[in-house]
Amino acid sequence: MKNFDSEKHVRGESQFVDDLLVPEGTLYAHVYYSRVAHGKILSINLSAAETMTGVTAIFTSKDIPGANQIGGIVPDEPLLAEQYVHFNGQPIAVVVADSAFHARSATEKIVVEIEKLPVITDPREAFSKNELLVPPMTIELGDINATWSKCDIVVEGIAETGGQEHLYLETQGAFAVPVEGGAVKVVSSTQGPTAVQRTISKVLNIPMNKIEVDVLRLGGGFGGKEDQATPWAVMCALAATKLRRPVKMILHRQDDMRMTGKRHPYSSDFKIGLKSDGTILAYEVTFYQNGGAAADLSPAVLQRTMFHCTNSYFIPNVKAIGYSCRTNLPPNTAFRGFGGPQGKFVIEAAIFKAAEAMNVEPSFIQKKNLLKNGDEFPYGQIAERCQAIPCWNSLEQKISIGNVKKKVDDFNSANEWKKKGFALMPICFGISFTNTMMNQASALVHIYTDGSVGISTAAIEMGQGVNMKIHAIAQKIFSINTERIKLESTNTTRVANTSPTAASSGADLNGMATQLACNVLLERLIKFAAEQLHQYDPTKISISDEKIFNDGKETEWTWTKLISAANAARISLTSHHFYSTPKIYFNRESSKGHPFAYHVFGTALIEVTLDCLRGTYEIDAVNIVHDVGKSLQPAIDLSQAEGAIMQGIGWMTVEEIIYNNEGRLITDALSTYKVPDVHFAPKEMNISFLENSENPFAPFNSKAIGEPPFMYGIGAYFALLNAIKAFRPNTTYSAIAPMTPERALSLLYKEVGTLAPAL
Amino acid sequence: MNILECIINNKAIEVLANPGIVVLDFLRQHEHLMGTKEGCREGDCGACTILVGELHGNEVIYKSVNSCLMPLGDAHGKHIVTIEGINQPKELNPIQHAFVEDGGTQCGFCTPGFIMSLTGYCLNNKQLKSSEAIHSVDGNICRCTGHPPIKKAIHHIVDGLKKFPKTNGTPLTHLIEQNILPEYFLSIPKRLEAINIAPLVDVHIEEEHMTVVSGGTDLYVQKAFSMHAERTKRISSWQKHVPITEDETLIHLPGTTTVEEFRLSPVIAKYFPELKTQFELFGSTPIRNRATVAGNIVNASPIGDMTCLLIALNASLRLRDGGSQRTIPLRQFYKGYKQIDKKKSELIESISFPLPKPNSRLSYEKVSRRKYLDIASVNTTMAFELNNDRIVNCGISAGGVGPTPLFLAKTSEYLNGKILNGKYFEDALEIAQTEISPISDARGSAEYKRLLLRQLMVTHCMKYFPGIVRKESLV
Repeated sequence: MKNFDSEKHVRGESQFVDDLLVPEGTLYAHVYYSRVAHGKILSINLSAAETMTGVTAIFTSKDIPGANQIGGIVPDEPLLAEQYVHFNGQPIAVVVADSAFHARSATEKIVVEIEKLPVITDPREAFSKNELLVPPMTIELGDINATWSKCDIVVEGIAETGGQEHLYLETQGAFAVPVEGGAVKVVSSTQGPTAVQRTISKVLNIPMNKIEVDVLRLGGGFGGKEDQATPWAVMCALAATKLRRPVKMILHRQDDMRMTGKRHPYSSDFKIGLKSDGTILAYEVTFYQNGGAAADLSPAVLQRTMFHCTNSYFIPNVKAIGYSCRTNLPPNTAFRGFGGPQGKFVIEAAIFKAAEAMNVEPSFIQKKNLLKNGDEFPYGQIAERCQAIPCWNSLEQKISIGNVKKKVDDFNSANEWKKKGFALMPICFGISFTNTMMNQASALVHIYTDGSVGISTAAIEMGQGVNMKIHAIAQKIFSINTERIKLESTNTTRVANTSPTAASSGADLNGMATQLACNVLLERLIKFAAEQLHQYDPTKISISDEKIFNDGKETEWTWTKLISAANAARISLTSHHFYSTPKIYFNRESSKGHPFAYHVFGTALIEVTLDCLRGTYEIDAVNIVHDVGKSLQPAIDLSQAEGAIMQGIGWMTVEEIIYNNEGRLITDALSTYKVPDVHFAPKEMNISFLENSENPFAPFNSKAIGEPPFMYGIGAYFALLNAIKAFRPNTTYSAIAPMTPERALSLLYKEVGTLAPAL
Repeated sequence: MNILECIINNKAIEVLANPGIVVLDFLRQHEHLMGTKEGCREGDCGACTILVGELHGNEVIYKSVNSCLMPLGDAHGKHIVTIEGINQPKELNPIQHAFVEDGGTQCGFCTPGFIMSLTGYCLNNKQLKSSEAIHSVDGNICRCTGHPPIKKAIHHIVDGLKKFPKTNGTPLTHLIEQNILPEYFLSIPKRLEAINIAPLVDVHIEEEHMTVVSGGTDLYVQKAFSMHAERTKRISSWQKHVPITEDETLIHLPGTTTVEEFRLSPVIAKYFPELKTQFELFGSTPIRNRATVAGNIVNASPIGDMTCLLIALNASLRLRDGGSQRTIPLRQFYKGYKQIDKKKSELIESISFPLPKPNSRLSYEKVSRRKYLDIASVNTTMAFELNNDRIVNCGISAGGVGPTPLFLAKTSEYLNGKILNGKYFEDALEIAQTEISPISDARGSAEYKRLLLRQLMVTHCMKYFPGIVRKESLV
């Protein structure tokens, strides 16, 4: 099927916020932010900046007409700092001028006096000082304490994962135009237009119906624009309504990296107990999540970490405790996987350690404990349509683990200074927002009198192909030429009270709503056609390839004739429909429930080669069997999986966020924060979709694709560890990610691999 | 403000403009050509990649360039090509088509940059190879696809183009036949000829407060927002084309030699064939197309890749100050962090180093967090001659381990005259550690850089003296 979006992209014709031609009189905004991570604001002096060329106005917290509050889950974050700053990069003032250059230049003349206060960057330190963003969370299954004594092997340790910069290629940005009656129209690069609308309403103290938020597409989001696209849109709306002029703000890359939160770093303690046959009996884990200076989405992210703490394994006795720790870093936020990867890394580290203690391959333990139908997750849901074992077995049919091991061992005995390593990585990822109320969507479908179709939903297109999936659903139902169907921008005036496009659920929720809305229209049209064709049984009428069939026979009626006649007969050609995921619930008191509509499964085998002289490495091969249900758009799902895996491998290897002890981001540019490039991609990547997988909870038996494949990347870490141990079997280590060339070299040649940068 | 004359896509431009602003801003803000995107403004993402064509005789040579780092003044007399300039009226061209078919585009923000880099590759090569075509996008980052689908697309593009029989024409005519470029490209040479390019004024710097811009690939990173307010003097090499030459004793590089010209120079290839591949680790294709050797030297970065090489090769700089000139060994040029032995008014006219002999050996090593388009954590070069197994004229340089690019004088001196064995080499490793003073920063901790330099010196040794270093002595 023709991919309309892609065709515009390759011609450079797709429009992003900064590409829209601005009206005459547009002003440009630039943010002044704190260079101190924690402190008391003693004074703000704007006088030099205000007289700079081109400056129209400078806004601080004093200029906010409503509440100076942007916290989504917990109201703990001001739009602009008032008495205190809590992280380096926290916005303090907004300069508005006649050009972006003038706004930026004036920003440099702002003088803010800040009395420094102690800075915390480490989540365990925050925990020890009782700096928690929300109360601790616990999930329990069985009785771990009664189980340890029954275990043949018990292994304990620490595991840590680092942050990750989203690095959406399009930086954060927004554009606000004042509208009569004190209203405002905002174009925002956001995954959550309703969050933008709601927050503008709160901060500007105007009702939501005066705020129209429109999103055409995003130049990448990955979770980084779920909550954190909001402040910039609010600042533009504030300036635009105050000044009665259009205002645009596009963040410079470095400012974006400094001001916005990232994937949460975690430090965790684990303890795992097994029988000598490899069966895992008990698992205890404590997560210290580095939340940053405000809650943002941290509680929800932590909850998903807890839900996914046993990955794709059944463990009968589990206790997981999670602490969301307040530190003086930018508030960390949603990022593809949403805490799931952090939870899975720890159990994989525990299995790796246990395998060492038992002198077996980690894959032996992994395979032994895969989830089966009827197994209970620690959060009480029972595994259904479980594909953990089918995915593993299907991969093994394609590639023999024994052969891979032999190939690796042979290479390693023949090469002194280069070593290969491999790891398997099964995944299980729950689909649905863990906050049940967010699992809702609606679609508005118009058929115009010429037969063309316009579809509006809550889904945001950010490269993941949700528009093409919805397009395919409508096309399947109406059976008309694809060119007739257009996906509209996401707009809060057309589709209200939307959930953000996140949690991999965009196509599921909005696709289901679209399916329902299209079906209503189809039913209406079929009924009308039946009347026109004097057919008493409407089920005998069908539309196929633009033609109307009566009892299987082609009629002279076409789609366009039918639409035109239906309009003339005063039949509504518009349908709005709503969808909410059935069955799901979660009880926060008992930490039990059925939070997910379904789960996505899969297994990866990752092979690497490590240059033991230099500490550098290459990803040789990635082989995967992934459960995508019945794919709506196989080409899109494949490309999504490939991109997610590379992002996951990046997180585990070269992507390293470094803050110094004063909470200043050291890796604040693309020259210091490195993501996978074309040469870093594996030499070989084979992804197969599991066959015969059904899923009644998404359109046409499909499954969500956005996040789950990210977690295959974790395999790259353990494959590298495997290679390191081939060079230096007695190396001692804690599972600390990412495995940068620096960390790899330190494990190859030093006793303790804790070369934490002292900056 | 200067009068700027150039051709942007198929449109002749004549405008009074500030030559210090970057081409990216001019394209987007003045010409409203929105297909060229701003992703980082430091040449590290490639979303703003354009092609810049320059007249050589009666042919136009196109190079991919980061428009975020190119001063507008350098566009004078050139053909600037953006994605809008290669679009066919309706159909996708084969490069674009392959990106769509193979899922090489998701959000679309980086995509025009990739298309431009690949178009540049096709324009510059008569024989296409997938592996080389992949190198041509080494300056482009795609965060959505992670690049496997882009590699697939590149294979399909190259295979597809190879299928068509070559006419006797140039790559340009071939690409026009294949609908990759519009026909108007044929008119460009004549149209560029008509633009009056003032001969480069003498490189004397007449004013104290003038910033000299060579390639600009580092200056415009460091001063992204102030360069356009500065008085600049551009000395881009592109209009001079003085080649790299050799005489009986020396190899000479004009200061304005670009890194890519250096990498592809027949003279360099004759003596150091491996550098062509190794210098793919210097920046990216569009960076190397603009960055100059002299720029890398005066930039004085402790981890400059070119300086690392030239220090080991014992290069000398010829500095010109108006009518006067002097020569200084590169090893004595650096006086402290970003401190160089050069007056503001002096320019590096040329660089020369001794002509390698048949018994000359060279080893260049660089390790960075990411292999390509990254700045070294540590780099080092070892150059020496072998006289009956004896090391002579040894020169070892090391970058990233001190405030300047270092010449490891004591280590080099220690090895001179020795027939290498394990003990001597271990001594040399220890001496090297006394000559360096790394600090912890974004590129690694001080401890790591010490360990890494040791490892890279071991690597030098293993290339020419295998078996001397044993694993047991290191682990």
